Amino acid sequence: MTTEGNNRSRILLIGLVAVAAILLGKLFFIQIIEDKYKINASNNSMVYDLIYPTRGIIYDRNGKIIVSNKVTYDILVTPREVTPFDTLTLASALDVTPDFIREKMADYSRNKNKIGYQSVVMLKQIKPEVYMKFAELQYNFPGFRGQVRSIRDYPVNAGGNLLGYVSEVDQKYIEDHPGEYRPGDYAGKTGIEAAREKELRGEKGYHIYLRNSRNQIERQYKDGEMDKEAVPGKDIVTTIDADLQQYGQELMRNKVGSLVAIEPKTGEILSLVSSPGVDVNMLADISQHYNEIIKDPHKPMFNRAVQAPYPPGSVFKLVNGLIGLQEGTLNMDMAYPCYQGYHFGSHKLGCHSHASPLKLEEAIMMSCNGFFCYVLRNILENKKYKNIDEALDKWNEYVQSFGFGHKLGSDFPSELGGTLPTSKLYNKRYGKGGWKFTTIISISIGQGEVGVTPLQIANLAAIMANRGWYKIPHIVKASEGVEIDPKYYERQYTMVDTTNFKKVIKGMWRAVNNGPGTGCTAAVAEVKGLDICGKTGTAQNPRGADNSVFICFAPMDDPKIAVAAYVENAGFGAAWAAPIASLLIEKYLLGETTRPDLESRVMQGNLMGRVKAY
Amino acid sequence: MGNFSDRGVKQSIDWKLVVSYLLLIVIGWINIYASIHSAEPSSIFDFNFRSGKQFVWILTAMGLALVILFAINPGFWRSAALPMYLFVLVLLVVVIFVSKDVKGSHSWFEFGPVKFQPAEISKITTSLLLASLLSQTNFKITRLKDFLMAAIVIGVPMLVILAESETGSALVYVGFLFVMYREGFSGWWIFSIIIAIILFILTLTASPYVSALALFGVIVVTGAVGSGQLDHRFWINVAVLAILGLLPWLSGKVSGTEGVLAKIKPMYILLGFGLVSLILMLVKGYKERKRHLTLASLGLLAGITLIFSTEFIFNNILQDHQRKRIEVLLGMKEDPTGVGYNVAQSMIAIGSGGLKGKGFLNGTQTTFGFVPEQSTDFIFCTVGEEWGFLGCLVVILLYVFMIWRIIVDAEKSREAFTRIYGYCVASCIFMHLFINIGMTIGLMPVIGIPLPLLSYGGSSLWAFTILIFIFIALYRQEKKYY
Repeated sequence: MTTEGNNRSRILLIGLVAVAAILLGKLFFIQIIEDKYKINASNNSMVYDLIYPTRGIIYDRNGKIIVSNKVTYDILVTPREVTPFDTLTLASALDVTPDFIREKMADYSRNKNKIGYQSVVMLKQIKPEVYMKFAELQYNFPGFRGQVRSIRDYPVNAGGNLLGYVSEVDQKYIEDHPGEYRPGDYAGKTGIEAAREKELRGEKGYHIYLRNSRNQIERQYKDGEMDKEAVPGKDIVTTIDADLQQYGQELMRNKVGSLVAIEPKTGEILSLVSSPGVDVNMLADISQHYNEIIKDPHKPMFNRAVQAPYPPGSVFKLVNGLIGLQEGTLNMDMAYPCYQGYHFGSHKLGCHSHASPLKLEEAIMMSCNGFFCYVLRNILENKKYKNIDEALDKWNEYVQSFGFGHKLGSDFPSELGGTLPTSKLYNKRYGKGGWKFTTIISISIGQGEVGVTPLQIANLAAIMANRGWYKIPHIVKASEGVEIDPKYYERQYTMVDTTNFKKVIKGMWRAVNNGPGTGCTAAVAEVKGLDICGKTGTAQNPRGADNSVFICFAPMDDPKIAVAAYVENAGFGAAWAAPIASLLIEKYLLGETTRPDLESRVMQGNLMGRVKAY
Repeated sequence: MGNFSDRGVKQSIDWKLVVSYLLLIVIGWINIYASIHSAEPSSIFDFNFRSGKQFVWILTAMGLALVILFAINPGFWRSAALPMYLFVLVLLVVVIFVSKDVKGSHSWFEFGPVKFQPAEISKITTSLLLASLLSQTNFKITRLKDFLMAAIVIGVPMLVILAESETGSALVYVGFLFVMYREGFSGWWIFSIIIAIILFILTLTASPYVSALALFGVIVVTGAVGSGQLDHRFWINVAVLAILGLLPWLSGKVSGTEGVLAKIKPMYILLGFGLVSLILMLVKGYKERKRHLTLASLGLLAGITLIFSTEFIFNNILQDHQRKRIEVLLGMKEDPTGVGYNVAQSMIAIGSGGLKGKGFLNGTQTTFGFVPEQSTDFIFCTVGEEWGFLGCLVVILLYVFMIWRIIVDAEKSREAFTRIYGYCVASCIFMHLFINIGMTIGLMPVIGIPLPLLSYGGSSLWAFTILIFIFIALYRQEKKYY
């Protein structure tokens, strides 16, 4: 018995040691070999309390703030910590209806399990005054607290489409920018906010806290040693002139269209108005107004200045004229007749009544359609080229060099390239050899297959001002810590010589300054002493009245500003576009207008009734 | 009454046992303090907190130990074993009807602020009665009547405790099997029970196929050990098992093909082999009168039955929530926020401790309340997190030392009562140790059971103090008088 007992005792002791070895083996595995648990542990107990950096401030070219930040508060609720409270007192403190609070609380209790010990946002962006009222009473409402949030503030009405808005990122946005955003982050979605999102957003920081399993923060991890401070976003200096932008907005009020001004020497965009636009008061909290904006038939979110492809109308005659001069198919002495238009077969391309025949300078001044039909015809039927296909493609190449038919490459987001016809397009449409000059005659006067954006014709105005070159229009200036692409400093030359530009510009000067009654089309734009050079356009609009177009620059000899105005359904170029553009130039060069009557007519003009909503 | 003069306190008491007891209590106390220590540190003696209360429990437990050592005649335990056993049994039954529901279990008496769990005391009285029964001179455990007597002594309180829904405490009684084994109970039974548990778990976690394969393996190996020879038949069996093991993989290769091959499932082949060898073994066992072959074939039959009934019960009889609980317990489903939350949190806490741990009071998982029941059932998490693997090693070695020491002392006893009681104490501590630590590191299902001497709680601390010190007193008495 004793030996047997001793034997069994030994087996039991071996078993004891074996079990202890199993326990220690498993402990060795999870404590020393396996990393999984250590990683889990840090997720488990450390709370990364994100600190959102303040977004960079946006300045205008003169150092004026156009977008800054202001403080608002969100009201957060931790439903599990809420004790019975007086709904009426809380409602009045928060400036909401008692029903709103009741509904919210009912909603939280329905989703009790989902929410758990977490906090949820009950109210967004309440004003500091309201928050102060709440803060005084906060001790009555356990589970409710305020959280500071910085939102955008717009001291100047510089136009929602230009500035762009900042809103919470959605799933798609997060996926499109891998690793950069998390749900709940904000990002600039349009305009300057989007163009310079990387600089403006700054870097998030965090405080690390230790929390318990009820999600309650207990204390700072390592007394904040491992915390990272947020890096504020960089400030952005834009090329915009805030005063000019605001003035432009006023001029374009109650009109549909765009107004773009560029400093010709630098390509800097001085103002960029798209009308109607998003009111800056809505920008700060765009999601609240989203439905309202979406329902607006005039599509205020649509930035016409860079996204609308319009027919340029007669302003395009400048381009055709210049090409003709460069190609040698046109010279200053050539004169063409115009009897109410250009006749071909039983058709004609009509024109208004004016003296005939005309030379180039007068043809520009009076915007003669017939003359420019001859100009394009000579270009396309140039013997130099094998056939019209080749001639048209050469023409296309010329026009491209003016920044048309492709994206200019500005730093403004969502820029559109516009359209330009090629032989390929016509061959496809009419068959090879199935078309000739008269088939495509409308491109002589900037109609038909030519589609341009207001930014592109503003750039054309800058090309005219520079006599043959442009710098890519851009919206952001280089400033401390913010660089811009070197391409914006390079001159982009057109394929037309400077000398030819000088000839055409004379016509542009006369179009404005030849004096009323002399047949010049833009006498309304004349401002004594400013030497404005311009060209009107009246572009067909399939939806109602013609579009009113005007491009100009001033002063003629040392151009400081080039402007394009494009007003939908506003009739002749001289009717609205020319006054608007010239007023803008006046404002920029003189600081105020010398023509208050015209200014008030423009500002009070309401063309919205003429515009067919689409 | 004790006699101080006979051999002297110093010589007669097993001081090594007392010291390991004291060390474990102090370790427990420190870790209880650490586990409730939060952002506002308090004194370890603050009576408003568990560490302060535990200090009181420790002082009273030591008082109890002194009383047991010096004020009570060790002979009392043997003579009073039956009445105490019956009294506690009554308490165990009464508590079911008068106690409040605590997480589904009815096991606590409450007298104002004092709570008391008779299941803890029951371990002591059961041990005493079992020791008293097994130490009777005419008791033979191999005799069915005597075995049943012992089974009743162990089984009745165990079943009542199960009725209280205290699964963990009931499981501790399985440990008395070790005592029975030491006293002559067949080791084959213990072996069979362990194999049955393994097959049960394998069936659920792996597949019935793997489980059946394991069963075959066990039969082949035990058969070879039983016959005492590793001949060619053994190796043929091993080869067949290896092929059968590869069968599911092979069948996966051809299962795409149409026809007869696809219809033959590996399970059928396996069962075919099983049936053939079963018949062969039975015939051979009968012809050659080899008892081990007959037993092996019976074991095979029982094993197969177990495997299929397990699978059937699990899939067809158990309800969803029961199935889910078993799945999580066996680690079949990752469910860190559901039933398995406690284990996941506990393993994260222990795992994050690394080799040396995060240091006293620096644990993030345990002090911030991720681990549930952190000062009671999951106190080992705090040890693991703050003292690391080295801390765990020290604690486990202390327990092993204590159990080892008790067994060695028990073996040295001249009185069967002392020896058997010593084994009972060792088994209780061992079961608690294995179940509790096994639970915190995911080796065992989560069944609430305290870690002896370390966990917070008066009932448990008192019960183990009494349990251990009765043995020390009994052992001391032997040394004193012989």
